[in-house]
Amino acid sequence: MIPELGLFSLILAFFFAIIQGTLPLVGVWKNNATLSNFAVPAARAQFVFIALAFVCLGYSFYANDFSVLYVASNSNSHLPLVYRLAAVWGGHEGSMLLWVSILAVWTMAVTMFAKGLPTSFRIRLIAVMGLVSVGFLAFIIFTSNPFERLIPAAVDGRDLNPLLQDPGMVFHPPVLYMGYVGFSVAFAFAIAALLDGRLDITWARWTRPWTTVAWVFLTLGIAFGSEWAYYELGWGGWWFWDAVENASFMPWLVGTALIHSLAVTEKRDAFKVWTVLLSICAFSLSLLGTFLVRSGVLTSVHAFATDPGRGLFILVYLVVVIGGALLLFALRAPTVGLGERFDVVSRESMLLANNVVLAAAAGSVLLGTMYPLLMDALGAGKISVGPPYFDAVFVAIMVPGIFLMGLGPLAKWKKASLPEIGTRLRVAAVISVVSALLVPSVMGKLTLMAAVGVFLGIWVMSTSLILLVNRLKTRQTAVPNLIENLKGIPLAFYGMLLAHIGIGVFVLGVTLVKGYESEQDLRMEVNDVAHIGNLAFRFEGAKEVAGPNYLSSLGKFIVTSNSKEVAVLHPEKRFYPVQGAMMTEADIEPGVLEDIYVSLGEPLENGAWSVRIYIKPFVRWIWAGCILMALGGILALMDRRYRIVNKKETREAQEGFEA
Amino acid sequence: MKRTIKFLLPLVLFLIAVGFLFKGLFLDPREVPSPLVGKPAPSFQAPVLGEAGKTFNSDDMKGQVWLLNVWASWCAACREEHPVLMAMEKTGQIATYGLDYKDTDAEAQAVLKEHGNPYKVVATDADGKIGIDYGVYGVPETYVIDKTGVIRYKQIGPITEEILLTKIVPLLKELQR
Repeated sequence: MIPELGLFSLILAFFFAIIQGTLPLVGVWKNNATLSNFAVPAARAQFVFIALAFVCLGYSFYANDFSVLYVASNSNSHLPLVYRLAAVWGGHEGSMLLWVSILAVWTMAVTMFAKGLPTSFRIRLIAVMGLVSVGFLAFIIFTSNPFERLIPAAVDGRDLNPLLQDPGMVFHPPVLYMGYVGFSVAFAFAIAALLDGRLDITWARWTRPWTTVAWVFLTLGIAFGSEWAYYELGWGGWWFWDAVENASFMPWLVGTALIHSLAVTEKRDAFKVWTVLLSICAFSLSLLGTFLVRSGVLTSVHAFATDPGRGLFILVYLVVVIGGALLLFALRAPTVGLGERFDVVSRESMLLANNVVLAAAAGSVLLGTMYPLLMDALGAGKISVGPPYFDAVFVAIMVPGIFLMGLGPLAKWKKASLPEIGTRLRVAAVISVVSALLVPSVMGKLTLMAAVGVFLGIWVMSTSLILLVNRLKTRQTAVPNLIENLKGIPLAFYGMLLAHIGIGVFVLGVTLVKGYESEQDLRMEVNDVAHIGNLAFRFEGAKEVAGPNYLSSLGKFIVTSNSKEVAVLHPEKRFYPVQGAMMTEADIEPGVLEDIYVSLGEPLENGAWSVRIYIKPFVRWIWAGCILMALGGILALMDRRYRIVNKKETREAQEGFEA
Repeated sequence: MKRTIKFLLPLVLFLIAVGFLFKGLFLDPREVPSPLVGKPAPSFQAPVLGEAGKTFNSDDMKGQVWLLNVWASWCAACREEHPVLMAMEKTGQIATYGLDYKDTDAEAQAVLKEHGNPYKVVATDADGKIGIDYGVYGVPETYVIDKTGVIRYKQIGPITEEILLTKIVPLLKELQR
């Protein structure tokens, strides 16, 4: 009964989504308040029924109902409860349900927190989100029903892919989806603005916090995923340029561009057309990512089911949603106007450069991701562009972009003076150049890549600090007390500083781990000692241990430095009998300066094992940088301007609209 | 007019991308050409499943077209493929030989007993050594081997009815001529 209830709820949600997506639009168009008023209740009803469906699927997993095909394919009675629940999104059907559930959460949030908007605008916003939801619900109901019965029921399930049986599976997908589905709000804002013909400073101010929230989630989601891959896949990589990773990274790049371009639109009433286009693109790339992953046109370690019927469905949906949005853009954007003019050297043009860099980076990732498909479609054979392409192209594009990050925030709006910026940055330049020579030398050897990387990382951080000092100085005469002075600076400014410093930390992490990691593949017998740097690794053998749903060979390594014990590591090799899969569970001693990473390869004769040992200097900085970026976003969101000014402006806008 | 064209550009680019995506739907990214296709199949001798003491020798297969299907009792996708193999066996057009990969004899026999046996003979590869020679990277995999012992086709993943009809049957007709 419960699965049928779930399916029935989904169907009801589908009808509510149709109502939410159509009647209110007609209502606004015909000025019919009765129809317009359907928007909020329909959206909330949709949320309730999707939530109910989600709970039903969760219950089926909880209760080990193997008469549900999806449960039987992705769970097992021996699977620990927390993974049984995470298995809800462990396969294709459930991931899609998670997608649409999170869309419903965002829609619900819009109905609750976007109250200050002019009525017609808010209704259009909710209706556009309803239309987005209609397509996805139809996709689930018609092609990917998670509640499909399996008759006769399976005795036991085929188990969740052991790769996914990890705490990362509990957090990573929901956070990541909160991010890229969250761009649907910015998308809906853009569409509503194009329909409305309203595209001004107020519009940008409304859109900004929503976009920032989505961006914060996406940043964290990608960082979680990267850390998970790092410890779970057992070869110490943290980013693989896999199609699925790219699918989340492209919206991040465009979303980052969007955050900056929205700032220009809000502050200077410029970049309007471009901002709208970015809003459309960020969400379009999220959808495209979904298509690439779900349709099976690309192979990936993350891809679940592949089915051309499903692929075709999503493709048609993409054409309707993205094609429709871009058509509306082509028709309406020319009337929007370009906004205020600005000088070649100005904050605006710096931000324009930022946008060009980020868009080019996203484009290069898109090209690399689609390239195998393009070549195959053109009959040029099966080829794949791997990390070498991405590393070369992406880095080449980002290097000048990160350099400009140091200059941009110091430039004045409208018209700035290059010599003046230069003078202000002398100190930062000196610090960065000295570090670029010093740090790589201390780490071992000076290479061009390491020097450039360290230069950029330190450059971004030092220019950010100089920016703060400058800001304090200009206010010093008015506010002589330093604490008062610091307090007086808006949180949004600190948010920007923190996020930029995060980029610097990230760049340092990437540079140092790439340049100075060491790796050894060894054959180790019991009580063998391996030496890497000043660390000694003694292998004390592996013993058999039974886990809840797997058998494990648990190794033990004592790590010492100058005969002082540094760590005891227990890497595992697990065998999951239900899927017949072997999993490597590396063990890591994390540290601010370096990670010690040990993973077991294959068992050899007489208790010997092949063993992989890595030393990963500064690898934690990669994720610490991402966390700083996300914190920066959160600080910016807490800026009082959004609470106080927002209310005032929307009241004015409301009056203006009603007048 | 010129301005409107500029604003249409994103839509045009998108539609071109859709064209490629549409075409991509009908291509199979898993169809990786194996380096072994066109090369002689590695020869092997292996114990026969369920017939203690008997050995299967791949060199004895010279002179006939045959299918080598790598499978295992622990492999879920093999169950999916099983009905297709059974249907193939019923037509009698082709001799399918199994290679039971990293498996125990008892479990493998139990599966064949329960679901039916589509194989002429099943050779066993308990430690996966033959699998290494053939470059098996996932089970199931299927090789079409011609009369001279050359691998002509490799299927990674389960054989579906569609692959059977569009790829394997035409190839067999050609090879058996």
